[in-house]
Amino acid sequence: MLLMQDFPSCDLRFATTDSDQAAHSGKVKVLSLPDCNLTQPINALRCAVVSLGHVWRIRPHVVVSTGAAPGFFCILWGRILGAQVLWIDSIANAERISLSGRLAMLVGAKCLTQWEHLADDAHIQFRGSVL
Amino acid sequence: MILITVGMQLGFDRLIRAMDRIQPDFGIDFVAQTGPTSYVPSNMSSKAQFGPAEFEELASRAALIVSHAGIGTVLLARRLLKPIVLMPRRAGLGEHRNDHQLSTAAQLTGRRGIFVAVDETELRNAVTLGLACGPIEHEISPTLDRLQTVVAGFVTSGQLR
Repeated sequence: MLLMQDFPSCDLRFATTDSDQAAHSGKVKVLSLPDCNLTQPINALRCAVVSLGHVWRIRPHVVVSTGAAPGFFCILWGRILGAQVLWIDSIANAERISLSGRLAMLVGAKCLTQWEHLADDAHIQFRGSVL
Repeated sequence: MILITVGMQLGFDRLIRAMDRIQPDFGIDFVAQTGPTSYVPSNMSSKAQFGPAEFEELASRAALIVSHAGIGTVLLARRLLKPIVLMPRRAGLGEHRNDHQLSTAAQLTGRRGIFVAVDETELRNAVTLGLACGPIEHEISPTLDRLQTVVAGFVTSGQLR
């Protein structure tokens, strides 16, 4: 949300696993995603299905995600359905790019890291951080 | 008041127990969001999870936030101009899937208003430093502007410039 401050001309939707938090911060158009990580197949499957529903209905032109697994699914479906997709790896990943981030790279998302030392300037670039 | 938080997903009893142990030395209230745990602190009030509004209110009132090295809490502390003490979770102790919190803490060491306790033995000292620090000045990431511009550019052009 910090990264998506001013897009008055865009129809913005925030898909999140924590819709209470999103509502609290005043963003109105919130979509809920079930939380999951890629080591829990059942939860991941449920999240994949729900996120496909959202992306299918909305048909976004652009999908931007900061992770994690639920964000990856939105990137994946966005990519398949023709959106421009951008992965911004979470600043929490200071040691290596997250698994979801590496998968996002694999499916052809444009990718940014928030740690300069993790950028390779080919597949993943550094263009600033939130901290 | 000191607010202790370990996020909501995983317990982090090593931090909660250590804070419970040192509370009597500080003579101020400690309030803890413990995540899922069976440990009941004896020197501080605690709850597995506070609602977002209640948590925000507690964080606003706190003189210091003590936390696992989760970036969400670091960003919250920055926004509220609160000093923060970070103690990283360790994968070897079953506290997380990997040791990324060690890297996060290492890279944030030395920033204004951030005090890292590598483990519980360093916690008392870090809390003392954090309380002495007082409210921090507003500090915007020097590269946030650039990142916002790049994201905005991507939204309109589909390219990273």
